[in-house]
Amino acid sequence: MFTRILTVAIQEFRIGLRNRWIMLAALILAAFSLALALLGSAPAGTLGVDRMTITIASLATLSVYLVPLIALLLAFDAVAGEIDRGTLLLVFSCPISRAEFLLGKALGHVCVLALALLFGYGVTAGLLIVSGTGTVAGLVDFARLIGSSVLLGFAFLAVGYTLSALTRQSSTAAALSIGVWLVLVVLYDLALLGALVADSSGTFAAKVFPFAILANPADAFRLFNLAALNASDLVGGMAGVGESLPFPPAAALGSIVAFAVLALSLAIVLVRRIAP
Amino acid sequence: MTPAALTLDGITKTFDKRPAVDGVGFTLEAGERIALLGHNGAGKTTLFKMILGFLHPDAGDIRIFGAEPGSAAARNAIAYLPEAVAFHKSLTGEEVLRFYARLKSEDPVAAVKLLDRVGLGEAGRRRVGGYSKGMRQRLGLAQALIGSPRLVLLDEPTSGLDPISRQNFYEIIDEVAARGATVLLSSHALTEVEAKTDRILILSKGKLVANDTLLSLREAAGLPIRLKVQGAEDSADEIASRLGGERINCRSVELLCTPSDKVSQLAAITALGPLIADVDVSLPSLDDIYRHFSGETAKEG
Repeated sequence: MFTRILTVAIQEFRIGLRNRWIMLAALILAAFSLALALLGSAPAGTLGVDRMTITIASLATLSVYLVPLIALLLAFDAVAGEIDRGTLLLVFSCPISRAEFLLGKALGHVCVLALALLFGYGVTAGLLIVSGTGTVAGLVDFARLIGSSVLLGFAFLAVGYTLSALTRQSSTAAALSIGVWLVLVVLYDLALLGALVADSSGTFAAKVFPFAILANPADAFRLFNLAALNASDLVGGMAGVGESLPFPPAAALGSIVAFAVLALSLAIVLVRRIAP
Repeated sequence: MTPAALTLDGITKTFDKRPAVDGVGFTLEAGERIALLGHNGAGKTTLFKMILGFLHPDAGDIRIFGAEPGSAAARNAIAYLPEAVAFHKSLTGEEVLRFYARLKSEDPVAAVKLLDRVGLGEAGRRRVGGYSKGMRQRLGLAQALIGSPRLVLLDEPTSGLDPISRQNFYEIIDEVAARGATVLLSSHALTEVEAKTDRILILSKGKLVANDTLLSLREAAGLPIRLKVQGAEDSADEIASRLGGERINCRSVELLCTPSDKVSQLAAITALGPLIADVDVSLPSLDDIYRHFSGETAKEG
């Protein structure tokens, strides 16, 4: 079982290397994070906060937008593309279960994403250390950011597989993926903001809002990282949310994992129903 | 008694109320080479997909060495080459074979050696994206030979192959069958499989209309032998009146006769002496036989 999962994972990773997906994702992440680190360092002096902390807080927000996008782009083709190209027919005739196939894909893609994040954000961390503004504690923050970004990516990979298995057509899966990204990453926050503004009694803010944040892996990710940095007051966006929550910030991580497992299970069920 | 390699019993599959496969039943024994013939859309690929367990028949039962289609035992026994096989473009031939060997829990090193067997030894380190259709097809065959499959399903394997590759292809199939594996290959032309198989199944509009050796099919069809008699200048009318048969043009007459009448007919022709310039004898072609069987139900339906 593990050999087969690993076989699919290695092939997926190799394809990621060969079609330069890893390189492209790493370059995008590196470019954005360097820009944030270099251009966004201006306010650090006035606020008197560690420059590395500021950078990591900005990177967490960057991750919220970029990582789901990269994950969805990796995943939308995973099932539908193989149906389109006709490669799934042969794979499924082999003694590999549909669950093993999808788990292998997920493992391979998570490794692709992890490598890209490690390189993309690693460059920025290295630069800060070399320029003398970094600290060892800051490196721990970086590691946490990368680790939780991988987890966030995993959740959106699983969403991508679900869409891919649901539509069975690459083009439709791609369109839906962009739609899902827009809803979960952009519109969801706007809707929450609107509800907060409209809610005069404060019951929404106290009872619904914290759980609404947990339910969306992108928001849960942001919450976890900003709370862990103790910097939410400084970098805004979710000022003070961490302190007023009815649960510890680490619960946010658990919610991302739960979301990912749920989406992946759904994808496996859908893949089982495919007649290639 | 060991179970047959493949048993189909009353298999029916309907798509949108149109029967794709209709009451098909046959049994394949170990070591047999069988051709499954049918025109495009006759239900060959649907049948394969049901044997592989991708599609479930609406009625009937399929057993692969006694196991259910799609079960682990069945998938371990079967090797499959889809029609128009495809691989990921950015992988090399060797990587593809190692990948499938690992999925089948077979030795990857031995699998890569199969590239030489199908004549792709040189191209093994090149990416599949640059392969021709024939090369992809041969890579697909190598993939199907990994390990020692007991039932090899090949869906239109020789389409897109040049005559030499095709010959090489049938040599490999003979080897596989000699090892005791059952080979079921589909094709849309009888001329392609000719003497290369032990038995021929013909599928027409989802129904199995023939299941026998080529020799028996030829006899059962009872198609006439065609004698084309070419006479001297403007002699066709005279030849036609003396021999019977149909006048084609002013010099040629066509006669049809059964195999048993052939010799006496030829004697009658030669008896005409100087009136005859040439005689052309043509046996019913493989395509005629195929058309005979696949045409029968076409008229009924």
